[in-house]
Amino acid sequence: MSIVLKIGKSQFEELRHHGEQTYPHECCGVLLGQINGEGVKHVRAVVRCGNTRVDSPHNRYHIDPRELVGIQRKARESELDIIGFYHSHPDHPARWSPTDLAEAHWIGCSYVITSVEQGRAAQTNSFALAGEEETKEFHDEEITVE
Amino acid sequence: MKVMIPTPLRQYAGKQASVELLASTVGEALGSLVSRNPELRKHLFTDDGKLRAFVNVYLNDEDIRYLNKESTRVQESDTISIVPSIAGGSASR
Repeated sequence: MSIVLKIGKSQFEELRHHGEQTYPHECCGVLLGQINGEGVKHVRAVVRCGNTRVDSPHNRYHIDPRELVGIQRKARESELDIIGFYHSHPDHPARWSPTDLAEAHWIGCSYVITSVEQGRAAQTNSFALAGEEETKEFHDEEITVE
Repeated sequence: MKVMIPTPLRQYAGKQASVELLASTVGEALGSLVSRNPELRKHLFTDDGKLRAFVNVYLNDEDIRYLNKESTRVQESDTISIVPSIAGGSASR
């Protein structure tokens, strides 16, 4: 199975820009699209979400499940699926943290992380969540910007 | 009624994005879903039959935890959404 996330340039810039706008807080959002038979994910839309972790927004994010319910429902009307999520790491590397893994439950989906250094988006990396809940792990995933 | 299946759980539910079924409560709907798709059970429920902590179940736009939980009554026109939680954050202090 290939591990590739394909995303349009404007959508890629959109999720990176979101992290600059919320700096020094973490941003978060949902990636909608399709997963083909070879496991390649194609992002068709980027949906911004609010970060409910107002107690610690500089190093935590949480998306209100009610917001997700609406996004999931609307996505299906357009025959799209939730294929991943994105968030930012303000002044911290674009690598998944132990918290990111512990709180990740959408097996098979992509978790895109952008490091935002001094307010500017720097590196963006993607990690595919694999395995089952008890054995889950992140695999490095190639991002192809089209 | 309709039950929306999130992307990661579809592989255990016949690759369907949603399932139509008959039920009078949320618990009955989820029970019917896992009896049709036995592989789903461990992804939704703990060994003692409780919903896993990270699995959110919504009846239309309401979290069933704030309704009558699994005893919440449902109607034919209702939609149940299963949404695992989304959270995380950097290791910075």
